[in-house]
Amino acid sequence: MSNSALITMLIAQISIISLTLFFYRKVLKAPKKAEPDSYSENDDE
Amino acid sequence: MSNKQDSWGTRVGLILAMAGNAVGLGNFLRFPVQAVQNGGGAFIIPYIVCFLLMGIPLLWVEWSMGRFGGRHGHHSTPFIMESLDRRKFWKYLGVFGIFTNIVVAAYYCYIESWTMSWVYHTLIGTFDGKSQVEVAAFFGKYVDLDKSFTGIPYEPIVFYVFCLLLNTWILSKGLSGGIERVAKILMPLLVVFGVFLAYKGITLKAGQDGASFDGVLGLNFLWQPKFESLKDLNVWLAAAGQIFFTLSVGMGTVHCYAAYVKRKDDIALNAMTAGWTNEFVEVVLGASILIPISIGYLGIDKVVELTQSGGLGLGFKTMPYLFEQWGDVIGTIAGVSFFGLLFFAGITSSLAMGSPWIGFMKDEYKMGQNTASWTFGLVVLALGLPTVFFFNYGVFDEYDYWVGTVALVVFALTEIILFSWVFGLEKGWKEINYGADIKVPIIFRYIIKWVTPLMLIVVFAGSLITPEKGDWGQAVTELSEGRSWPLADGSILAKLANQDIDKAMAVAVAAGDQNQVAELEKKATYVNGSRAFLVIVYLLICGLVYIAYVKRKKEGRPIA
Repeated sequence: MSNSALITMLIAQISIISLTLFFYRKVLKAPKKAEPDSYSENDDE
Repeated sequence: MSNKQDSWGTRVGLILAMAGNAVGLGNFLRFPVQAVQNGGGAFIIPYIVCFLLMGIPLLWVEWSMGRFGGRHGHHSTPFIMESLDRRKFWKYLGVFGIFTNIVVAAYYCYIESWTMSWVYHTLIGTFDGKSQVEVAAFFGKYVDLDKSFTGIPYEPIVFYVFCLLLNTWILSKGLSGGIERVAKILMPLLVVFGVFLAYKGITLKAGQDGASFDGVLGLNFLWQPKFESLKDLNVWLAAAGQIFFTLSVGMGTVHCYAAYVKRKDDIALNAMTAGWTNEFVEVVLGASILIPISIGYLGIDKVVELTQSGGLGLGFKTMPYLFEQWGDVIGTIAGVSFFGLLFFAGITSSLAMGSPWIGFMKDEYKMGQNTASWTFGLVVLALGLPTVFFFNYGVFDEYDYWVGTVALVVFALTEIILFSWVFGLEKGWKEINYGADIKVPIIFRYIIKWVTPLMLIVVFAGSLITPEKGDWGQAVTELSEGRSWPLADGSILAKLANQDIDKAMAVAVAAGDQNQVAELEKKATYVNGSRAFLVIVYLLICGLVYIAYVKRKKEGRPIA
C-alpha cells in the first residue's frame, strides 16, 4: 500500500473510531436524569 | 413509564435503533463505490466536510423537531411540522415524512428480501461450481420471476412477502419490545460479521484461494488520494449525496424515533453518537469489504467497469462467486456473513420506515400498535408489488429516484427552513441544547441557519440541472454560445422529460428495431404510470391528514 493511501486511511479510520468511542463513553458516563425519563427499563430504580 | 410499546427501553437501545436506521445497504455497497469513483482517499475530505456542515446539523434539527412534536403528542411529521408553525400548509408538506417512508420501504424490502434469498441460496449451495457469468445471470433470472430455483413458484414474491411479514411482526411488538430489541441484537452482530469480512478481505493474498491480487491492492486503490478531484464540483455533490442518504435524514424517521424522548432528556449527544456509529460502519467496515475482495479476484480494471452500474450489481452478481473461491466451509460462512450483514443493515432501516405511519395511525386514528403495524404491512405490500412484478420496466428505479432521492432533498430543505427561519433559531437552538449532555459548539448556530440550507439548495439545484458527463464548464460554455444546457439523463429535468427513453427510442427507430421500440413504449407507460401512482399516493395521505385535522378540530384537540 502506498504511503499516501495508508496515511489517509489511518487518519480517517482512527479519527472516526476515536470519536465514536468518545461519544459512547460520554453517553455511558452521563448522569441519569430524574424519573420519569424517556426510558422504561430503569423505571423501578 | 410503563407502556413499553410507546417508549424506549434504554438510552443505548435508542442510539442503536437510530444508528440502525441510518446504517443500511448503502454503507457497504454505495460508499465504497462512491469513494472509488470520486477521488479515492481524497473523497473523505468533502465527505467529512458535508457530514459536519450538513449531516450533523440535520440530525440535530430532526431530533429537536421530533422531541418538540412528541411533547405535543405527535409522532409523525405532518403535525410535528404544524406544531412548529401554525400555518396549515406545513402539515401537507409534512406528509413527505410518511409518504417517503412507505414508498421507500416498499422497494427497500424487496432488496432486503434479496439478501435473505441470497443467504438461503448460499446455504443450499446454489452458487456452488458456477462460473462468474452464471452467478451474475442468476440475479437477472431471479428478478425476471420466470424461473424458480428452489421449486417455490414466484420465489422473489415469496421472499418479499416473508420479509415484509417479518418487518410487520417486529413492528407490532412496539418500540422497546420490537425495534429496540432487534437493534440491540443485530447491530453488534453486524459489526462482528463486518470485522470478519474486512479481515478476510484485507488479508487476501495473491495466489491463495484463487485470488489474482492482494486484498491490500483494493484497499490502496480505494484510499489512494487523488487531490486534484477536490476541484471537481461533482465530487462535492457526490459527497453531499452520500452523507444525505447514509444518515437517513430528510425521511421523517429520525423525528418519529425522537418524538418518544422527553424534553429533559438529551438529544444532542444521542444524535452525535448515532451519527458517528453510522460513520464507523461506513468508513471503517464498509470501505474494507467490497472493494478489497472484488479487486483481489477481478483486478482494478474489471472492478472499475463493474462499479459503473453501482454497488448493488457488484454485491449481488459478483460477490457470491468470489466467496465460492474460499472453499465450501469458509465460502459459505463468508456468503452468509455478507448477505446476513446486508440483511441486518436493511431490516434495522426498514423497521424505522414503518414507525412514522404507525405513529400517525395511533395518534390520529386511535389504532393500537398491532392494527397500525398490519395496516403498514398491507400498504407497503400494495405499493411494493409493482416494483417486484415490473422491476424490468423501471418501476423500482422510479420509486428510488423520485422518492428515495429527490423527495429526501426536498423534505430536508423544507424542514431546515421551517426550523431555522420560521420557528426561529432562537427557539430552535434552545430546543437542541435543552437537556444536552454535551455543549454544542456555538458555530453550529450559524451553520444551521446559513450553511446547511445553502448546501441543500446547491445539492438540489445540482441535481435539477446536472449537465451531461457532469461537465459544468462545458455546459456553461454551450449556454453562453446560445445553445441549450446539455442535461444529463440522471438530472431531475431530464428524468421528467424521459430523456433517456427518448434517446433509446431514437436509436431503436433509426435501427428499425420494432421489438425494441415496442419495449421502450411499454417502459415509458410503466414509468409514467408509476409517477402518477406516486402522486396519487401522496394525495391520499394528504387526505388522511386532512381528515385527522378535521377530527382534531371537532374533538377540540389542539395541534400545539
